Amino acid sequence: MSKVMVVTSGKGGVGKTTSSASLGAALAQAGQNVVVVDFDVGLRNLDLVMGAERRVVFDLVNVIQGDAKLPQALIRDKRLETLSLLPASQTRDKDALTEEGVGRVIDELRERFDWIVCDSPAGIEKGAMLAMRFADLGVVVTNPEVSSVRDSDRIIGMLDSKTQRAENGDRLEKHLLLTRYDAARASRGEMMKVEDVLEILAIPLLGIVAESPDVLTASNVGSPVTLHNPASAAARAYTDAARRLLGEDVAFASARAPQRQGFMSRLFGRKAAAA
Amino acid sequence: MSFLKFFMKNRSSAPVARDRLQVLLAHERALSGRPDLVAVLQQEILAVIAKHIPIDRDKVVVKLDRGSQVSTLEIDIEMPDEALARS
Repeated sequence: MSKVMVVTSGKGGVGKTTSSASLGAALAQAGQNVVVVDFDVGLRNLDLVMGAERRVVFDLVNVIQGDAKLPQALIRDKRLETLSLLPASQTRDKDALTEEGVGRVIDELRERFDWIVCDSPAGIEKGAMLAMRFADLGVVVTNPEVSSVRDSDRIIGMLDSKTQRAENGDRLEKHLLLTRYDAARASRGEMMKVEDVLEILAIPLLGIVAESPDVLTASNVGSPVTLHNPASAAARAYTDAARRLLGEDVAFASARAPQRQGFMSRLFGRKAAAA
Repeated sequence: MSFLKFFMKNRSSAPVARDRLQVLLAHERALSGRPDLVAVLQQEILAVIAKHIPIDRDKVVVKLDRGSQVSTLEIDIEMPDEALARS
């Protein structure tokens, strides 16, 4: 039974695309057959984050409009053969997507993959609505920051009302993925804590991804962080989140503030990170 | 003292964010599906008043203050004395 999972947030820049790529890769690394679909028509970026930007020939809009067959548009990852990408069109706009067309593509993808990860565009317009329309579960990516939490609340309301599952009266699982979290700042009262965000949004926690230079490094080189640097804290957070999606009961790594680093290790730590 | 205050203020910004969000979202959730309630209220109240007194719609100030327990809708209507005398 394949699962359609939308990665959404309302607000832009919180880490939807990074999280789609990383969760997709982590699921694929766990042996699942995964396709990550970019719904951000006109502003595609998933191809870049996954390092497949030079291999895009056809895209989602071509498949919907019948200019290409689905297998022609799917791009198989070079590092992980269980991971594929269906890119968005860069030249069209979101009106090129139709509900009927997206539904047809999703049905076809269900026959080939265990997981269909839909990377939603920001906003609440057509692209975002169609990315969530056929979802079985939703991952709401949120930063511990007021505008992101407010937008997430709005998106949770839409997952509960605008999806096909909601309209049929079926349950749609929702999970919170808290990204760019800084435990040290939260412990100093400068940033909302995990518990604060959970209390406000009232959906179960899927993972906490700490603010980390490894995430930027991974996108710089076009590789999901779980592939590029599997030992990093960010990669472990995504790997744990993927295991939870697969039904495993994984304890949350303590969100304790990191030890204060000494002057020398800070100096050399920075140098190492920049290298 | 003000030096201390500066630090206290910085330290306690996260609870402020949480409280502001809780109040805001309680209202947004309650109003989902009818986001223009304030506009409707304003129009209908004005229509009632306009039935009896000539009012200038540009001289109407509507303020909404959303509290955690009670919200206040404040409608400030300027009524010219001459209009009152005529009616």
